[in-house]
Amino acid sequence: MSITSPESVADVKHSLGRVGYLADEPAALVSFLAQRLGKPVLVEGPAGVGKTELAKAISRASGRELIRLQCYEGLDEAKALYEWNYRKQLLRIQSDAREGWEGVHDEIFAEEFLLSRPLLKAIASTEPVVLLIDEIDKTDQEFEAMLLEVLSDFQISIPELGVIEAVTHPVVVLTSNNSRELTEALKRRCLYLWLDYPEVEREMEIVRLHAPELDERLARRLVEVIHMVRQLDLKKPPSIAESIDWARALLLLGADELDAEVLERTMSIIVKHRSDIALVAERVGVRLGEPSVPSPQSSGA
Amino acid sequence: MAEPSALPPGLAPRLVAFCEELRGEGVAVGTAEIMDAFEALDAVPWAVAEDFREALAATVTKSQEDRRVFDLLFDRFFFRAAEAEAVRRDIREERRYEGGERLDLDELRDAIRQAIAAGNDGEMRDAARLAIAAFGRRGEGSGVVGVDVQRIRRTLGLTTSNRERRDGEPRLEREDVQAFERHLRRELERALVERTRKLPPSRPLVELDRALPTSPSQDLAAVHRAVAQLKRRLATLGHEQRGRRRGAVVDVRRTMRASLETGGVPLRLKHRPKRPRRPEIYVLCDVSTSVTSASVFFLSVLHALHDSFRKLRSFVFIERISEVTEVFEHERDFRAISEKISREGGVADVSGYTDYGRVWLEFFEEIAEDLGPRSTVIVLGDARTNGREPHPEVFARLSERAGRTFWLNPEPRLYWNYGDSVMAAYERHCTATFECWTTQHLEDFVNVIAGGARVPE
Repeated sequence: MSITSPESVADVKHSLGRVGYLADEPAALVSFLAQRLGKPVLVEGPAGVGKTELAKAISRASGRELIRLQCYEGLDEAKALYEWNYRKQLLRIQSDAREGWEGVHDEIFAEEFLLSRPLLKAIASTEPVVLLIDEIDKTDQEFEAMLLEVLSDFQISIPELGVIEAVTHPVVVLTSNNSRELTEALKRRCLYLWLDYPEVEREMEIVRLHAPELDERLARRLVEVIHMVRQLDLKKPPSIAESIDWARALLLLGADELDAEVLERTMSIIVKHRSDIALVAERVGVRLGEPSVPSPQSSGA
Repeated sequence: MAEPSALPPGLAPRLVAFCEELRGEGVAVGTAEIMDAFEALDAVPWAVAEDFREALAATVTKSQEDRRVFDLLFDRFFFRAAEAEAVRRDIREERRYEGGERLDLDELRDAIRQAIAAGNDGEMRDAARLAIAAFGRRGEGSGVVGVDVQRIRRTLGLTTSNRERRDGEPRLEREDVQAFERHLRRELERALVERTRKLPPSRPLVELDRALPTSPSQDLAAVHRAVAQLKRRLATLGHEQRGRRRGAVVDVRRTMRASLETGGVPLRLKHRPKRPRRPEIYVLCDVSTSVTSASVFFLSVLHALHDSFRKLRSFVFIERISEVTEVFEHERDFRAISEKISREGGVADVSGYTDYGRVWLEFFEEIAEDLGPRSTVIVLGDARTNGREPHPEVFARLSERAGRTFWLNPEPRLYWNYGDSVMAAYERHCTATFECWTTQHLEDFVNVIAGGARVPE
């Protein structure tokens, strides 16, 4: 697949749609800008609205390889940027003990002894890539500071080797669950995109895209129930992926009506906490007995 | 780098002026952001309203809160810019909406409900003009925009409740009705500008526009959103303190173990993980009438805290104090909690006015034994004693026993110690006091109790 820079926002929206990601207007626009301006994108939003999926979709749609850096507490340069393979260096020194220090010391800091980690891989790649830095809010602030060089200049300085600059401009997507405030410096370098749970209509489209055999009426009902559930004060509200799973489960079960009984049997697909399950059964299960589902607004906060 | 000339000549200074206004409202827009915005507008067809807005938003706003301010300002700024230009060049819209005179009220009502239910911006604007035209003809305009909006809305029966809905009519969502109100307001302002030939003075977004939606009739959902965010932050707070930190203690055993890999040379230092502070928290929440609006919010904060701290005991008080920890543990629904508290709390005695002095005495008697250096006491209240004895000395003893004492006051600092507020008497004995009437205040506070930021001691 050849890599082309998109012409317009509609283009991006279309190509994302083709690989199974229905982007709304802001998401399409920001993905477009990211590719045109070469700026990193910071995506925030609740868990399970498709932040990571967006990066994957851009990668699929643009034919770029996806390089992923999963962040966690205590992630450091050695695991994100590069590391000297000191075991190999040791072996190199021992294998040729007669050679003097001068001969060895240049050689052991050659690329041969460098272990590339995701960031270096993305920068050094000769093919254009999408770099996904997932859950950046899980790392500490020092790590963010280290990212700044990579994100604004697309280069990495390695003291022993010099500066490695990006050959091709990677598309960078950072995701955050907003569990802590990111630093201003990092935010300034990024385009900002807030993703929220989709509207009923768009979620319908998404569900039907991924479970096309599902009857339209049932799909609407399902999405409406999901929206009702999200209105409740749950420990973990159902994500889009869970709506899709649920739709598929209903297909497998051959359910043609979404009533209280079906809900009870399949509820564990959309809610994952014991107390949540009780709450949903109590609040939503009862409503499903009624002939028509009231809109989510009336279920109230 | 964008060529500024690619944009029409009038636009660049206007954009900069807009960013200036954003800065005025506390959104950190740097020169770098403005340049990004120009670059972005170069890449999108800026004549498409939505693309223009989103491109601008993506480059200059960097958080959800920024985005909210952006949305508030964007409409206002460009509306004013357009109107100012119209006044300057003396352009008037002579043709008002034409159908207005012929329609009777019922038809109008139906047309507008249809437009609102469809949710299309353009149609809603037309409907708003139609409504204004119709009401102008009936001579009902008051000249004050806010009053007119409400009057038109009432006459048209635009409510979200089902009661006034006739058969076959589409249901109206609250957001849609609000959107229609915005259009009404916009169109009324436009008409006013045309009539008076000048712009009303620009008003900064007052702090209150962004204050917590506290009164119960207001958007509880907004409180919940704020609290939900808080929950997430609380859940991870303290975690960032872990990991590699300067000043961490070296774990000798693990360092030696790791050195085996490198032939006994300790190349990698292993540190002892820092344990986050897990405080025992006592929350005392005033639920009397003087803080009614705030207590809804406070209760939901309590609710959030309960999810995040295992050792948390909560109390509510008016004239007496009563423990409600159990209620929070067994009930997850917020509304049920507040009902249960007002039913079973038994905190109001005779008058229903807060009696801080008596509350301290009771609290001291019951709980003082459990308080220790690890405990944190948080008081949520306005310190308005209604003229009763405040007993600051009892409060002082309480705060001596507890490790830390915080006071959250729902009133702006400006109002403290006026009237019957005795904040100063208590403030002396607190580790720190906070005004707490916006979500930002609340977040600052949460950072402190979870050990994120240091308090001046």
